[in-house]
Amino acid sequence: MTTSQPAAEQGDGRSRRDFLLIATSALGAVGAAVTLWPLVDQMNPSADILALSSTEVDIAAVETGQAITVVWRGQPVFVRHRTPEEIKEAEDVKVADLRDPQPDTERVMKPEWLIVLGVCTHLGCVPLGQKQGEKRGDYGGWYCPCHGSEYDTSGRIRQGPAPANLPVPPYTFLDATHVRIG
Amino acid sequence: MATSSFQPTNKLVKWFDKQLPILSLIHGSVGPGYPSPKNLNYWWNFGSLAGFFLVVQILTGIILAMHYVPQSDLAFDSVEHIMRDVNYGWLLRYMHANGASMFFLVVYIHIFRGLYYGSYKHPREVLWFLGLIIYLLMMATGFMGYVLPWGQMSFWAAKVITNLFSSIDLVIPGVGTSIVQWLWGGFSVGEPTLNRFFSLHYLLPFLIVGVVILHIWALHIPGSNNPLGIDVKGPQDQLPFHPYYTAKDMFGIGVAMIVFAILVFYEPNLLGHTDNYIKANPLQTPPEIVPEWYYLPFYAILRSIPNKLLGVIALFTSILILFAMPWLDRSKVRSARFRPVYKVFFWCLLVDVLVLGHIGSKPTDTILFQIGSVKIDYVTFGQVFTAYYFLHFFVIVPLVGIFEKPKPLPESISKAVLKAGGAAAVALLMLVAPMTSHKAMAQEDSSTEALTPPKQQWPHHGPFGHYDRAAVQRGFQVYKEVCHTCHSLNYFAFRNLEQIGFSEAEAKAVAQEFMVEDGPNDDGDMFMRPARLADHMPPPFPNDQAAKAANGGALPPDLSVIIKAREHHEDYVYALLTHFGEEPPAGMKIQAGLNYNPYFAGRQIAMPPPLQPELVDYADGTTATLDQEAHDVVTFLAWMSEPKLEARHELGFRVMAFLIVFTILLYFTKKRIWARVKDKE
Repeated sequence: MTTSQPAAEQGDGRSRRDFLLIATSALGAVGAAVTLWPLVDQMNPSADILALSSTEVDIAAVETGQAITVVWRGQPVFVRHRTPEEIKEAEDVKVADLRDPQPDTERVMKPEWLIVLGVCTHLGCVPLGQKQGEKRGDYGGWYCPCHGSEYDTSGRIRQGPAPANLPVPPYTFLDATHVRIG
Repeated sequence: MATSSFQPTNKLVKWFDKQLPILSLIHGSVGPGYPSPKNLNYWWNFGSLAGFFLVVQILTGIILAMHYVPQSDLAFDSVEHIMRDVNYGWLLRYMHANGASMFFLVVYIHIFRGLYYGSYKHPREVLWFLGLIIYLLMMATGFMGYVLPWGQMSFWAAKVITNLFSSIDLVIPGVGTSIVQWLWGGFSVGEPTLNRFFSLHYLLPFLIVGVVILHIWALHIPGSNNPLGIDVKGPQDQLPFHPYYTAKDMFGIGVAMIVFAILVFYEPNLLGHTDNYIKANPLQTPPEIVPEWYYLPFYAILRSIPNKLLGVIALFTSILILFAMPWLDRSKVRSARFRPVYKVFFWCLLVDVLVLGHIGSKPTDTILFQIGSVKIDYVTFGQVFTAYYFLHFFVIVPLVGIFEKPKPLPESISKAVLKAGGAAAVALLMLVAPMTSHKAMAQEDSSTEALTPPKQQWPHHGPFGHYDRAAVQRGFQVYKEVCHTCHSLNYFAFRNLEQIGFSEAEAKAVAQEFMVEDGPNDDGDMFMRPARLADHMPPPFPNDQAAKAANGGALPPDLSVIIKAREHHEDYVYALLTHFGEEPPAGMKIQAGLNYNPYFAGRQIAMPPPLQPELVDYADGTTATLDQEAHDVVTFLAWMSEPKLEARHELGFRVMAFLIVFTILLYFTKKRIWARVKDKE
């Protein structure tokens, strides 16, 4: 390299090389990142799993005060035929005092039928309270045996570590005695 | 160009590397700290390529194992589940199946490179052994992986290969049988066999990784061999591995990925066998059984020896003989470039192996050519080439090593990076040769041999092909109203109708025409209810026995993957459907209950003529000629066999565009980096 040669030329060559290297590396990084997506997405629910999204339930045999558990998407759904006292209890609660404020009317289609996902919003255990004689906690709904969360007769969280109410799944009444969940 | 040891400037890096010198290890193994001969040509790319495909296989394999079920009743179904329902499942499975072929291809080139340039010679014998151990592990892994889909070829490959060990009975009676039953875990290939093959297929790749690490370790003791085969004299003969060979290897990976992508996206079943889309049937061997292409030369050697024990011994010897190469070859000169006689025989061996591969893909009784009344069939032909294979190793190599007069060796490694044009052409040839030899030849001479169906135009063929939606819908109508009387379509769920242009309401309406069994209800009884979108098409018969009883003893096959499960695919089914009712040739006796059809194997088929004009009343008003019905139902079945074809073509286009641009950039990056060497000189 002689001094008469302009330094810019060397600089040019280097910057062109740098640009090429950066462009190639960047493209390679983008390609690798995009390639990751199929490797990740394959773990999402597959088409056949997504298709199993509705369950029909016959509720004719469920007496007032009783509850049944049905399976929807592999999880328990609580269907409870509430007594007038339970409905009144659920409706009389001061919504503003709740951890996850929601009036009972928003959680049911017909007041006598409460349909909620039977999965504790804390860490996913199935709360007790479906069968006669099971512990229901102080609020007459459900009691989660794992970490002591208590739900009321509307399935709302009242005490314990769970952050939210038992979720209400999408459902429709096909007729007076049949419900389709999902 | 001297290379330095790892000397980080960053304090954190320094602190970490002092306690765990893994960065130093990388630096010295594949980084600037590994001095490599400066004259390595493109044949030296195939080592890193093999590593690349090993990683591809392990990644895709771990993922497939998340969805695959190693249970003989469910294995085949779970593979179809992967192909149809798992997100990108088709891509991952096709990558894994074709990745195995790519892995073997690059490893074969890597081995032949070693044979040509004498990389097995002192001081690299252990390196050579480790490579061969990797190859043996690959063969075992590839074989067991091929068994997992539990198709016809899977099952019969498992049976035949494990039965190789039964030849020990001929030495010590009873021992071979005991070994084979131990391998099977039963009296035949079955559930326990599948389970253990799955376990071992998952394990062996990690052993391969372990041996690969040893292989690289052993490589770094003497350093890489080079095209001249002479020792490195000093730093002036060397270049640091990084960035020179990392850049060159990356370019090689780019090219390999393009070849790989062409296979995966456009010809994913080219190297597979149609029979492996038929569920395993332990009571019926396919008319011809063929191993995967990468075992064909050895398969030809096995078949060419008309004695069970000797055949098996020849098979194993043909592979294990490579371990003896460092001693069979007495020549002190490594590179064939300076060995005029060995070089000729090297190419002869390569041709011999390719021809053996071709022979292995043919049925044994195929007549190759006829001179007068002497018929030369493939077995005789194979015997000649098998004999030459062993002659090469046992006679030619030792004799050439002793008597050959090598050309004078250069003083030191020459300055230029060698030209690779010729090399690339041969690489391409090696890539194409096994693929073309795999296709069976058409035979139309004998009157019971099925005719080769004429080629038809299908709009879903070709790299941009799409299914003709209207034809698929009409074809579904033909299937539903005609074929479904006898043929099941087990992998079809009513929700799939939405993929061929039905609205959700229309699909639901179709589903409700069918009754499926559900239950038990609260009383413990099973009951029938109208089908829903998530349900699969109920089969016309409750089980295979009922289907056979209703069809004169012949089982109507399930049509879910029929197009992929028959040679000539769409063209075959179309020809079959449109050539009923022709007059059989004079003298041909048609059995009672069978029908003449020139495209069916044996030309007699139990299925009565299924289609006739106006058999269906097309919803879209198309005139229902017999040809139209056949064309439509074949289009529908093609979609049914490969529902992700359009997604595959679309993703393939994007991947190809990306890879081409990326590889061009990699090429220029490599050129830029190597320009530094030329500048220095």
